[in-house]
Amino acid sequence: MAKQVPLVDYLQLGEQPHLTAHRCVDCGARYFDRRNACASCFGDRFVEETVATEGEVRAFTIVTFAAPGVPVPFVAAVIDCGGVSVRANLVHVEPDADHVHLGMKVRLVTFPIGTDDDGVEAIAFGFEPLVPAATAGGA
Amino acid sequence: MANDDIWILGINMTKFGKHKDLDTVDLAAQAARAALADGGVTMNDIGVIAAGNLMGGGGIGQQLQKQIGQTGVPVYNVSNACATGATALRTAIMAIKAGETEMGLAVGVEKLAGAGLLGGGGKAKSDKKTWEPSGRYGAVASIDGRIGTNAMPGIFAQVGMEYGHRYGGTSFELFARIAEKNHSHSTLNPLAAYTKRMTLEEIMNDVMIAYPNTRSMCSANCDGAAAAVVTTGAKLKTLSKEQQRRAVKVAASVLTTDPWQEACQVLPDVNTLTRNAAKQAYEQAGVGPDELDLVELHDCFATAELVHYDNLMLCEEGGAVDFFNSGATWRDGRMPVNVSGGLQSKGHPIAATGIANVWEICHHLRGEAGDRQIEGAKVGLAHVIGLGSACGVHILERSGL
Ligand SMILES: [Zn+2]
Repeated sequence: MAKQVPLVDYLQLGEQPHLTAHRCVDCGARYFDRRNACASCFGDRFVEETVATEGEVRAFTIVTFAAPGVPVPFVAAVIDCGGVSVRANLVHVEPDADHVHLGMKVRLVTFPIGTDDDGVEAIAFGFEPLVPAATAGGA
Repeated sequence: MANDDIWILGINMTKFGKHKDLDTVDLAAQAARAALADGGVTMNDIGVIAAGNLMGGGGIGQQLQKQIGQTGVPVYNVSNACATGATALRTAIMAIKAGETEMGLAVGVEKLAGAGLLGGGGKAKSDKKTWEPSGRYGAVASIDGRIGTNAMPGIFAQVGMEYGHRYGGTSFELFARIAEKNHSHSTLNPLAAYTKRMTLEEIMNDVMIAYPNTRSMCSANCDGAAAAVVTTGAKLKTLSKEQQRRAVKVAASVLTTDPWQEACQVLPDVNTLTRNAAKQAYEQAGVGPDELDLVELHDCFATAELVHYDNLMLCEEGGAVDFFNSGATWRDGRMPVNVSGGLQSKGHPIAATGIANVWEICHHLRGEAGDRQIEGAKVGLAHVIGLGSACGVHILERSGL
């Protein structure tokens, strides 16, 4: 199997792919990016915490016009994963307002986005509808 | 007038739009000289300059001095995203409040016509040939478009959608009707970049940028500048009755940043800092939202205008949809919002916007707004927000004279 690397370091690959957050030991605030100190309480002790892989769409947009090199359309969303807000694309869903809705239940999925010159595959993540849109039809 | 009150003595905005033959410094000079003339003063009266410009090469304040008067006074070049103009104004006000000088000049200017999409890309370089983690996410490739969007239309679309998820009642059409209002208002503003009325159908059928924001629901990139001369009550008392009559009192001047919130790392929280700024401003001014005669708020996207009705406490918490549907925010409603046409049609030359919004309010308080005058306007509020974030709120009052 090809060697793999996650798109971002907070995506953990393996049997059960999931996201991890740096949780502030003092106040519980969570961060996906590297932090020098906690923006909420200024503490500087963090532990790794697993983020739920299922959640609910709290906000979304369907981007049809983006910077050069960014393929459109895509659905950008904020997903509430057990109290942790996650930013991600929604995948495996028609990118239109008839198929994407607020409150939609979704789960994390991973997929390759390309292979580099050393044969290493980069793996990205997105969230897909928990229940495939049965009435979606069309296509 | 109390000696330590702050007053806007002169203020001006250029026509917003395409200024092919004017460079950034030309535009800044035009607005600054007009603001000085409007106040009946010269560069000799100015003790401090605060200037903002985001897309130019830097040092706009000193470049401006070389065109309008090098008097050796301190210059503060400021940069605070879309709140840059308000930050320049606030900086001049702080210098005066600190007692360092009794008169200051604030300027904001931008050349943006044809700039296209802001916020996204930038790092549009092609992905590396070997994956190498970089940055604070350890990303091996650009995340824009792969993990959500970095571009403004999509970010602010989600801000509006999130409001809809929390309180209900939003729809594509509702957001489009907010743009319909602003485009309608713009027909009365000769300085707006676009002054064409647009039907709801035209707005909804326009090019979709980031659902639910179509092109005509996004702020218009354009060129423009605005400038203001501020002074103290003590100084104003020494000036002519006419200058005193036209002066506008700065009843509140507030700048906030976003306090930490759970979700702010994934979607900028434009709400909390605006609400905080509004609260402080109402307290400083000793007026409530019900006492406002008009509001210019930061409608960088139609989806943003809705949430700011709530953030500025123009309506009950969660009541922005009903508030808009009541017709309150149209120019003949009980709380006219963005009678200038707003950023969607007046245009949004970023660093100029925070002073241009103040100019619009002053124009009405002085009774000089012509066809779009809100009759008898005594108190108004100007709001801007820049992602990052920074929020400026100014409450302005008509001179009692
Ligand atoms: Zn903490």
